[in-house]
Amino acid sequence: MRSIGKYILFIGSLFVNRERFKTYVQLTLDECINIGINSLVLISIVATFIGAVSTIQTAYNLVSPLIPDYVISQVVRDLTVLELAPTITAIVFAGKVGSNIAGELGTMRITEQIDALEVMGINSVSYLVFPKILASLITYPMLVIIAGFLSIMGGYLAGVYTGIVTESDYVYGLKVDFIEFNVFFAMIKSFVFAFLVSSISSYKGFYTTGGAFEVGKASTIAVTNSCIAILLADYLLAQLLL
Amino acid sequence: MIEIENIKKSFDGKAVLKGISGVFDKGKTNLIIGASGTGKSVLLKCIVGLIKPDSGTVFYDNRDFTHADRNLKTDIRREIGMLFQGGALFDSKNVEENVIFPLDVLTKMSLEEKLDRVNFCLKRVGLENVNKKMPSEISGGMKKRVGIARAIVNNSSYLFCDEPNSGLDPQTAITIDNLIKEITEEYDITTIVVTHDMNSVMEIGDYVMFIHQGAKLWEGSDHNITKSQVKELNDFVFANKMMRTVRNKETSGT
Repeated sequence: MRSIGKYILFIGSLFVNRERFKTYVQLTLDECINIGINSLVLISIVATFIGAVSTIQTAYNLVSPLIPDYVISQVVRDLTVLELAPTITAIVFAGKVGSNIAGELGTMRITEQIDALEVMGINSVSYLVFPKILASLITYPMLVIIAGFLSIMGGYLAGVYTGIVTESDYVYGLKVDFIEFNVFFAMIKSFVFAFLVSSISSYKGFYTTGGAFEVGKASTIAVTNSCIAILLADYLLAQLLL
Repeated sequence: MIEIENIKKSFDGKAVLKGISGVFDKGKTNLIIGASGTGKSVLLKCIVGLIKPDSGTVFYDNRDFTHADRNLKTDIRREIGMLFQGGALFDSKNVEENVIFPLDVLTKMSLEEKLDRVNFCLKRVGLENVNKKMPSEISGGMKKRVGIARAIVNNSSYLFCDEPNSGLDPQTAITIDNLIKEITEEYDITTIVVTHDMNSVMEIGDYVMFIHQGAKLWEGSDHNITKSQVKELNDFVFANKMMRTVRNKETSGT
């Protein structure tokens, strides 16, 4: 409970005693590259393969001749939009970006770089963490959209080129009974997950004490806590919005 | 001038600072000395506001820093420059970006003015043609110099140095000490240096405060530190052979 209280105060301190707007623009752009663009390759690979594997495994389970082939892509589509793109990508995002944020801030803490900012009269939470959270909120939804597209493309390649499903069936399955709200739901999830991963990892890194061992430990805890928070939020959002 | 009044701080019930008071004058190099683990760095962090003291007050030119509101605290902090033990340079920025940083964030100077000021400060600390080097590419002594340049770039009124010559060879350590003293006198700023290096004490100690187990046991200048009757201070000062030799020569009158 004490930790949650400290986390809430930490988030609150993002918005007090801020620097000039111009300062944040450059920092946020730098973080967008660091957090978003640098995660693109990993997330693309994961999404493409998950889409491909989902197609093959769905086809493997649909053994009844009464079920049409287009159901395969329908399942892959809904799986992708509802869960794979926002949630699995968030787990990968937590592993890559979360550990990076916690490691960076943890190292800055133990080498007194954060103290140096504080001594200069700069709100270190706002200066260091706010751009990271903002950049995550900007780039993560984009990564989810790309991941969703690549997952469906991965499914298409695996399905069509191995003869599991025809091209027309796959495309038809993508269109049939499409619920637009699912995309909106995925976007809501992506904003929530981006905030959780970036803020939890920042919090863990920011309050690191000790040396190199503790920085490693903080990174691990940041990823673990982020993953737990993602899964909890995933369940709560599904309960509330579906 | 910085004045501290009855500063107390405990961690997990253990008293680290036991009511320390003192006055650190402007234009002088004020030293806080003592053995490792006596609370010197904690006292320094209480003075700059990185640690909140349990009780007591810190005054910056008669402005109550400890109980100040956020705005006054920020204003005072923007007059502070600090050299950290490891330099605390930002790893992701090169030397020039490190030194220009306070100007970027805290002032509205033009880029040209900022670069002029950065180059002036780097030259003042004896560094030239290193602007584009990363902190990982320069030596420990150079890091300290960059740290000093960053601390004075914003025309700071107060300079704090935490173990400025730790990890440096004796010659570089003396150069850094002298640089701190010169800058203090040249810009008429209030400087507080935390150290356990007796060479620093003898080189630059205009005012020396000796701390032992969280309490101030002695204060004075580098001239009378060797004549003190405080046992703990004598144990500290004459721990090394060179200082004992100096004392023996003084007593024997040779």
